[in-house]
Amino acid sequence: MGTQEHQIDLGHLLAFDPLHHFPSPPSSREELVKECLQKGTELVQSIADTLFNLPSTEDIDGPLVKLPPPTTRLPREKHLPKPKPPTKWELFAKAKGIKNRKKDKIVYDEQTGTWKRRHGYDRVNDDEDIPIIEAKMTDEAGEDPFAKRRAEKKKRVEKQGKNRLQNLKQAAKVGALPSHIQLAATALPITGTQTAPKKVSKNELEDVASMAATATASGGKFDKKLPGEKPEKHKGKYRKFLPVVEGTGIGSLEKQQTEKILNKLISKNSHEILNVDKAINMYNVKKEKKRKNRQGKDSSTSSKLKPKKQLQKKSLKKGTSKKGKSK
Amino acid sequence: MLKIKTPKSGKAKREIEKRAPKLVESGKKTLILQGTKTSNVLNAVLTEIYHLKKDSAVRYTRKNENIRPFESGGETSLEFFSLKTDCSIFVFGSHSKKRPDNLVIGRTYDHHIYDLVEVGVENFKSMESFTYDKKLSPKVGSKPFIAFIGEGFESVDELKHLKEVLLDLLRGEKQDLIDAGCGNLNLAGLDHAYICTAVSSNRVFFTHCAMRLKKSGTIVPRMELVEVGPSMDLVVRRHRLPNDSVRKEAMKTAKEQPKKKVKNVSQDVIQGKVGKIYVPDQQVGSVALPYKAKGLKRERREAKMKHETNDRAPKKQKENSE
Repeated sequence: MGTQEHQIDLGHLLAFDPLHHFPSPPSSREELVKECLQKGTELVQSIADTLFNLPSTEDIDGPLVKLPPPTTRLPREKHLPKPKPPTKWELFAKAKGIKNRKKDKIVYDEQTGTWKRRHGYDRVNDDEDIPIIEAKMTDEAGEDPFAKRRAEKKKRVEKQGKNRLQNLKQAAKVGALPSHIQLAATALPITGTQTAPKKVSKNELEDVASMAATATASGGKFDKKLPGEKPEKHKGKYRKFLPVVEGTGIGSLEKQQTEKILNKLISKNSHEILNVDKAINMYNVKKEKKRKNRQGKDSSTSSKLKPKKQLQKKSLKKGTSKKGKSK
Repeated sequence: MLKIKTPKSGKAKREIEKRAPKLVESGKKTLILQGTKTSNVLNAVLTEIYHLKKDSAVRYTRKNENIRPFESGGETSLEFFSLKTDCSIFVFGSHSKKRPDNLVIGRTYDHHIYDLVEVGVENFKSMESFTYDKKLSPKVGSKPFIAFIGEGFESVDELKHLKEVLLDLLRGEKQDLIDAGCGNLNLAGLDHAYICTAVSSNRVFFTHCAMRLKKSGTIVPRMELVEVGPSMDLVVRRHRLPNDSVRKEAMKTAKEQPKKKVKNVSQDVIQGKVGKIYVPDQQVGSVALPYKAKGLKRERREAKMKHETNDRAPKKQKENSE
């Protein structure tokens, strides 16, 4: 029982003895319990020593002591609340220097000569309480001014609702939505997924219309077209027959056709994976790039003392024979 | 199209505000639940822990088959329960041949699993098995003393983690005021202590004792511990530390606290600090007196009646003469 340091955290009423160890495993359970209780008593006593020496105030039930904040840090259970971003009006007011003035709840009403409340039942300057609205020169004949006022008020309320929603969306983006408010999507798409309905473009609509038109018996060829509707792109002909008599011109089409088919067939079975033209092109492009880079670097250093660089040729795979490719 | 949903009643709004994240947090609630199979010992352990933390704990008694805290997919149920009950510490008990009498103590941050410690319970002694003077039994809700003994708590990684988790689990409620630095503790109400001793590098002896304060010469009373509550050996099996990034975020503290506005106090240049006191209307006339009016006392009444019968004749004479 020498001077042992106990780490004491008064805010948690916690004591930790980091220097104790069991030199030998305790012989029996009771011994272990006894030793633990003894050590525990010591620790609790040391906490109480510091605790009872704190300045205390007298209360009905007993002495009250103000605990210091705890020293051991424990993780929070929820994130720190983020400060709300200022709303659009608040930003505007700050920029213009508009200060919020406190308004009284009871206001003097000139008309009746009494004190009425500002908001709520029987309020001052109520829009609906006006019995007569005088007609101005700018008014039309059949217009109802009372209905007009009601419609204007409704519009104002809607606009305010929209602004509030925008402010809340802005706050939600930062993550500072007030805890009692939830933003919920009202309409779900019919497919039940979270994707928003896609906007269909004019071209897509035209395509769809022409595809739908082919559902007729004659394939939509004789349908009356609306003014502005373009003729269909897919004429419906999907087979190309070669002309019987060869004309003068590019060359024999039949020969080209058969060559194309043969190439496709043979290239599938051949082991030549290399496309020679493409390889040469790539190599040339690479060389050009390197040259450009080197020229850029060379401008900073003197070119006279540069050793000659050996150009290494890229070896082509499996021979450059042009067996498979016939031109 | 977005719609703004707000609670329609004040009560609902107050409940939601209670669960909102705050600058300084109040005590964490504990969720106690079990897995597919439990043993007798484990049932007793879970109920005792629930009794120790009666006010701030929620006990689920059904078995939950799909909760496996250490597997990646098996945490979703736990997170859902944590969200629904607003609990950020959970104690999950399960029993299997490979891990008998298993307790997983875990914490959540923002309703996602933060860290886990798995311990096995051995040599469990329940609260009923201890005999002691019933006058000493600790009251529910009093702030406990917590003592950790042993160098193992500093050197061994798992024990260090267990120490932190046990502190979080065992510390009392109403922690927000104490964290803010203005919490008061009634010294007469200290009655229990939790003692955790590191017996070896993976075994912790845990016990709960009631405290008796005895008079000593100085202000500081002499402490005496009497074993009261459950005592068990905790054998650390597995543990999972939190991610570094999550840990950094969770350990963030609020830098400044907004100063509380003091009402009805104003500063005057001439008079200095001036306070306003509002006194309610005192109905002096209609308050019932604590003592009987002089005229209504029985002795006085009787004496008066006696007097009247004696003095009636002479009084009349006097009037007649005048």
